[in-house]
Amino acid sequence: MIMKPNHKVGIVGWGGYIPKYRLPVENISRIWGKDAERYKEGLMINEKAVAGPDEDTATIAIEAAQNALKRAQIDPKEIGAVFVGSESKPYAVKPTGTIVAEAIGATPNILAADLEFACKAGTEGLQCCMGLVSSGMIKYGLAIGADVAQGAPGDDLEFSAASGGAAFILSRDSENCVAAIEASYSYVTDTPDFWRRAERPFPQHGEAFTGKPAYFHHIESAARNLMAELDKKPSDFKYAVFHQPNGKFPIRVAKTLGFSTAQIAPGLLVPNIGNTYSAAVPLGLSAILDIASPGDEILVVSYGSGAGSDAFYIVVKDAIEEKRDLCLKIKDYLTRRQQIGYKCYIKWRRHIIGQPK
Amino acid sequence: MSDLRVPKLWREIPQHYRLEASKCLTCGRIYFPPKTVCNNCKSKNFEKTLLPRKGVIETFTIIRQAPSKYELYVPYAVAVVKLENGVKVLSQITDCEPDKLQIGMPVEAVIRRLYDDGENGVIHYGFKFRPVF
Ligand SMILES: [Zn+2]
Repeated sequence: MIMKPNHKVGIVGWGGYIPKYRLPVENISRIWGKDAERYKEGLMINEKAVAGPDEDTATIAIEAAQNALKRAQIDPKEIGAVFVGSESKPYAVKPTGTIVAEAIGATPNILAADLEFACKAGTEGLQCCMGLVSSGMIKYGLAIGADVAQGAPGDDLEFSAASGGAAFILSRDSENCVAAIEASYSYVTDTPDFWRRAERPFPQHGEAFTGKPAYFHHIESAARNLMAELDKKPSDFKYAVFHQPNGKFPIRVAKTLGFSTAQIAPGLLVPNIGNTYSAAVPLGLSAILDIASPGDEILVVSYGSGAGSDAFYIVVKDAIEEKRDLCLKIKDYLTRRQQIGYKCYIKWRRHIIGQPK
Repeated sequence: MSDLRVPKLWREIPQHYRLEASKCLTCGRIYFPPKTVCNNCKSKNFEKTLLPRKGVIETFTIIRQAPSKYELYVPYAVAVVKLENGVKVLSQITDCEPDKLQIGMPVEAVIRRLYDDGENGVIHYGFKFRPVF
């Protein structure tokens, strides 16, 4: 069913963060005796962003939130809720949102919760904030998608699982908003395409099952239903961003739905940073907002294994022009990069997921 | 299991996460880490103030032999950073190979993992500085 807030809501600030380090596909394939070209072509990924040894989902979420705050230009004490969507929390039990809220100076009068739904936990935070700000229960809400995603050594996921984060601060629609979130649509079924059992370090995936009934079915359903309810067609949108576990899936789903390469190009970050899981769609949307103009319409569709999709209809507003340059942009983080080798990657990753050293 | 270091960590969160300093209301001197008695005028009247997050490297040293909790970062630099308001802080430098560091380099504060108390312990977060980009 379409979800439309009674009082219109908007984004007052947005910001992303991508770690500096990149692991090229060649540096992984060489270790496992695999063909780098096959992966680069098959996944359309050249290298993936890797969190540094002192980074995790909390630190990534903090920098993204600080960027969103620079653009929102609000007192952090006025933020009434923080949602961190992630599947790679630093603690199994202790909310990441508490660390983020403390670091940005939003404590103690705030609701904090961590959300989890594979790669779509970030967009769920947007929906939670939409409801809370629209109803007037809170003035500002902070929604973050952040991950330091891990694939088992030698598994195909190792080539794509990456790190990054993006944050959005929502309020009731006002002149301070850079974009209005007009409506949302969620589509969820029990589809076991990807999972991780308790206390296991790496996820499992149902091989040939990850595509058609999972990713494509959910994204297409959410996108089509939202557009039908709004009486919109693909050509109405200036930009679209779809979940990007690799480069091929979003390009194919865009084509099926009737979107052009030009519409999805600005939000398609996966070839240069990999799949940042809960951050993938939020980062894509951030990159689009970095360049969007007032009046531009944007379709956003996340996907989380398990499985579900959240779709959003967003219209860019005038305030975007004066807020765009208030913090680092996605392209700044893409430009700041340093390649690392596999040995370094393994050393850092063991630390992050607490494997025996 | 209780950990005696946790209460200290908790008390220091404002300074580690937000660079919260104390400013003497009598003579205006800023202290970081925060103090409760002013060295300069002996006043006990303080207010909290947030330090600026940008500065330049005034001097640095490279650590090649570190305590086990910092081993993962070796080699790393520890620098005296002169902030925009003149206050000096001692900090680890991150996201920069030590041989690329220079005196006078502009840096900015970021929140990172400092260390953890083993695999079962609490994670200590706090500021480090990285080159401005
Ligand atoms: Zn004094």
